[in-house]
Amino acid sequence: MFSCENKNGGSRTVPKKKKRAIKMKNRRVYLDNNATTPLHPEVKKAVNESMAIYGNASSLHSFGREAKAAIESARADIASFINAESDEIVFVGSGSEANNTILNMVSCCSAICGSKCGGRHQVVISDIEHPCIIETSKCIEQKGVSIIRTGVDRYGKVDIDKLKDIITEKTMLVSIMMANNEIGTIQDIKKISDIAHIKGALFHTDAVQAVGKVPVDIKALGVDFLSFSAHKIYGPKGIGALYAKAKAPFCPFIRGGHQEKGRRAGTENTIGIIGMAAAIGCRKKEMDKEAQRLTRLKERLKTFIENKIADISFNGHPKDSLPGTLNVSFKGAEGEAMLLYLDIEGIAVSTGSACASGSLDPSHVLLATGIGAEEAHGAIRFSLGRETTDSDIDYVIEKLPLVIKKVRGISSAYSKKGKALI
Amino acid sequence: MTEPLKWVYTDKVKEHFTSPKNILDEESSYDEDGKGLVGNIKCGDQMLMVIKVDKTKGVIADCKWKTYGCASAIASTSILSEKVKGMKIEDAYKISPKDIAAELGGLPEHKIHCSVLGDKALRAAIDDYYKRNGMENKVKQYPERTICQCMNVTDKEIEDAVLEGARTYQQLQEKTKAGTVCGQCKEETLKLLEKYNSRHFR
Repeated sequence: MFSCENKNGGSRTVPKKKKRAIKMKNRRVYLDNNATTPLHPEVKKAVNESMAIYGNASSLHSFGREAKAAIESARADIASFINAESDEIVFVGSGSEANNTILNMVSCCSAICGSKCGGRHQVVISDIEHPCIIETSKCIEQKGVSIIRTGVDRYGKVDIDKLKDIITEKTMLVSIMMANNEIGTIQDIKKISDIAHIKGALFHTDAVQAVGKVPVDIKALGVDFLSFSAHKIYGPKGIGALYAKAKAPFCPFIRGGHQEKGRRAGTENTIGIIGMAAAIGCRKKEMDKEAQRLTRLKERLKTFIENKIADISFNGHPKDSLPGTLNVSFKGAEGEAMLLYLDIEGIAVSTGSACASGSLDPSHVLLATGIGAEEAHGAIRFSLGRETTDSDIDYVIEKLPLVIKKVRGISSAYSKKGKALI
Repeated sequence: MTEPLKWVYTDKVKEHFTSPKNILDEESSYDEDGKGLVGNIKCGDQMLMVIKVDKTKGVIADCKWKTYGCASAIASTSILSEKVKGMKIEDAYKISPKDIAAELGGLPEHKIHCSVLGDKALRAAIDDYYKRNGMENKVKQYPERTICQCMNVTDKEIEDAVLEGARTYQQLQEKTKAGTVCGQCKEETLKLLEKYNSRHFR
């Protein structure tokens, strides 16, 4: 593609390609930070430097010790961020793996793994959990675990009083996500973990969307297990962590190695772990200020939509919500069509519509909040991040009404008659 | 850098999605000869199609539409509305989902059902035209037949399930519950599964 040096020392020059008239790229605005985030520059730097460390952390020689030291230093930083001890952090491949590990533990009553079911064979989860919890719960149900699912209200909040009845002496584990990926609703984790503990059950929370966005302190929350991931907070993909309380039972999901104190076999992802610690280090410095900034930007976008676009409704909790997450249903407009028209304008969002996901059912989270299938099909999630600027929101404010107008103009399910707004 | 705008759909789909043709403008009155509305917003797709007929020639003179649905639904209605203009009514009546998908240069498998709505909407509009003009006899009746007696599943529901992605007997059972009780209908259901899969996907 580019002219390159002639290694043979000859004077022949590679003919340059004719300059093509380069079309100015459309502006791009990334508002899909709940799906994944761009790497923080500091993370890039740390990852780059970590590439020089290639020893196997299990090796006794200096190369191995070098890797081991880097991993343990990262572990300590990550642990302290959530107020845990280093030993309580297990590195895994992803948030999904962390969640799978916990749920699968319940169905494993093997004498060698050390997790004791004690006659308890019940797991309580909510209707709005991530698919990696819901699908795994279906799988362990086949193995004899009884699964009880609890619903949520219009704002996505779990009903605490109902939980008091659902959780019984038969419950081994309660797993309720801390912050929802689609609507951003944050649960009262402390209250829920207290209820679980009163009944003698273990409590796990999927905090993949929470850690690094809102304060998470495992002692204040009183959780036994907590899953989180690096790539949602400007760290690399393919690395996550599971907090497992020192005294809590544990059963490895991946066996056959002494790594992670026998809790997760497989040679450590040194680069990922160092990258994750770098990302967490940045969150330590930036999280609070950024949360304020994102809340302001989100409110700007929300106020605009509220005032300028007709027939909309917001999904998620008005207050207890992730700073950068805004989920809106546009009546009479289908999500995938909106997403792709926005994409043509360079704006990246996600949708609750079935069409975009490959299944025919719209978002289970939105349906669980009690809204109709039509509103779920017409839901757009804007998730802002550290790179989102005021000027990005200006751009969205400029383009969004045009897109909504276009989709509704085509729609057989929308009539603009008699409406002043778009 | 790889092309960031390389779509999941073909260029043809993109073309008709970005600039859809023949959209019905609700502000202007369209004196249609036939009108068809199919689909359901709850399922994520709904299509409205209106036609004008040149009665002396027996051809569709004009066609306009509105669609609630995803990119492939919008594109399939748009391309269909172009295709049928000037077409003999009898020929338009026979357009299949496969034809529409082919015009678009193919659709991802799970999107085939979107294009199905297009030909259904068109047939509904033509049926409406027939009824308005005393030609009820031309309206094709497709009576549904119950295949699975236990769970009351019809051949139509089996076809829909196939269009929605059921390729194997197990997937079909998950979607329709057909054959999940006594199992007597298994043989016939398997035949239909094969028939609809080859009709729509091969």
